[in-house]
Amino acid sequence: MRLSDDEKAMRDGAQGPAVAKAMDLLIRYGEALGAEDFVYTDNIAGVPGSSPKWVKEYYAADGGDYRAVFSRFDLDSDEVVDVPRINGFSCHLQGGMDPELWREQGMTEEAFANFQADEREVAGHGIQVLKTCTPYLAGNVPVMGEHCAWMESSAVVFCNSVIGGRTNCEGRESTSAAMLAKRIPNWGFHTDDFRKGQHLIEVEAAVDSIFEWGLLGYFTGSAVEDAIPVLDGAISDAALIKHKHFGAAAASSGGVEMYHMAGITPEAPTVEAAFGGANRGQRFTYGANERRETYERLNSVGESRDVDYVMLGCPHYSADQLAEAARMLEGRKVHENSDLWIFTSRAVKATAEASGSADIIRNAGAKLMTDTCSAISQAVPPGTRVAAFDSAKQTHYLPAIMGIEGWFGTTQECIDAACTSRWNGRLS
Amino acid sequence: MATVASRAPDLLIRGRKVVGGTTEGEALVTRQTISGWGGVNPMKGEIIETRHELRGQSFAGKILVFPGAKGSSGWSAMFHTTRLTGQAPIGLLYNITTTKAALGAVVMRVPTLTDFDSDPLDQIEAGDWVRIDADQGIVSVWKGGRPQ
Repeated sequence: MRLSDDEKAMRDGAQGPAVAKAMDLLIRYGEALGAEDFVYTDNIAGVPGSSPKWVKEYYAADGGDYRAVFSRFDLDSDEVVDVPRINGFSCHLQGGMDPELWREQGMTEEAFANFQADEREVAGHGIQVLKTCTPYLAGNVPVMGEHCAWMESSAVVFCNSVIGGRTNCEGRESTSAAMLAKRIPNWGFHTDDFRKGQHLIEVEAAVDSIFEWGLLGYFTGSAVEDAIPVLDGAISDAALIKHKHFGAAAASSGGVEMYHMAGITPEAPTVEAAFGGANRGQRFTYGANERRETYERLNSVGESRDVDYVMLGCPHYSADQLAEAARMLEGRKVHENSDLWIFTSRAVKATAEASGSADIIRNAGAKLMTDTCSAISQAVPPGTRVAAFDSAKQTHYLPAIMGIEGWFGTTQECIDAACTSRWNGRLS
Repeated sequence: MATVASRAPDLLIRGRKVVGGTTEGEALVTRQTISGWGGVNPMKGEIIETRHELRGQSFAGKILVFPGAKGSSGWSAMFHTTRLTGQAPIGLLYNITTTKAALGAVVMRVPTLTDFDSDPLDQIEAGDWVRIDADQGIVSVWKGGRPQ
């Protein structure tokens, strides 16, 4: 890779051993990608240094602490180095448990103490404790063209597609290193050409509600895998939460890290502009049959209609989604045979507390949780066999991770399932 | 681990170095992209994705031949964890360069190649014996298993 004088100095230790190790890892990574140089970044989102107890114990010979994990795992360093206060604007994405309801999530005192210790280290290193998969709803909104280094596939696809920020789908090690070096390989979505569309999806079935946007997202990822789709046709009623669901679904069923919607997303004023010329890729159609097949595929992991767990908030719910859930729950109670957990960020929860939705949700017997989700924390209510979700992404992941059955439907169907413990979802 | 094969390989494939080093072992092959976080169990080195053709199979100690990575940004950390648990693959051959696969290969520190002159997925089958010389950019393949 071609390094600037500053970058060579960092590699050679001018800013201390931790920055040198960070540069060493970023150079190995950049060469693995085939990148020629770095871009400067001052917007980094990752999970720096946080680890379960067993990982710390694995590095017992190195001290078994945050410093050891950050050095050996995050920086992939053969030696342990002191980790200085981070200079770049850095934030911590989702974590392993709710800071208050961790007992309900089945976490031990020991695991909670580990969680608190990691969080103190993160804050002590100058990293913003956002603890969410939706940093753009909690105080970190990039601007168009800004070079970022973000983890979290659903946040990455949102940053690239909806905002026009520029980030690859970074990993834990590259973001932790970037927090120290403020550099990331100049590859992929940092370059203009890479951001052009590759395949066309012609949308014929009407896509308007958040449920329909989610189905289309899941279809899109399955169709284009990790390529960049350009969607054109019957897509309407765009809103932040719909992009959030669409992108998360497309990133989990395929590897979509950026999409264009003609006339909707900022780098796609037209289909031609999105492709940067003529479409030379494949052409897919999303009609009534594809819509039904996608719905059936998502619901292929559901058999019993006796639902004992409903999980909402993947990606983390926004303030308007919490308000909508509260409206649907008002005057109702979660059924004694089921649980309803709703996940959001601490920032959005504070808004829901001030606005009254949090009380309505709790009064109905549901739990409002932050920081994590069932898939990240592998936490479901005891005895869960059958779950229901309004998120295609969570339906994709949680049944596989936990070995349970799962249903996918609308938010209303999920709330009805929580209040009756029966799944009555159907494709209208 | 590394043994010297006694007869000439059945075929050679050339590629670009992702991570240097040499290794050899049995191939595990899939034409489906692989999810890291949520798609593998790092304690067992096993594919767990619901509809994946390799579901239930272990890549531990094998050379993983696959089109590329997909899914969560936890890909590298999940495969990095397989290095800690001793369940990592010993080499990677992938076609599509993504940040997930590249970073995962770097932190697993296993010999890895990509950008091939011919598609490994058309030529390597599960159980074939594969040698990777990543520094030279050469994959040697013995069909049907370890050469006698």
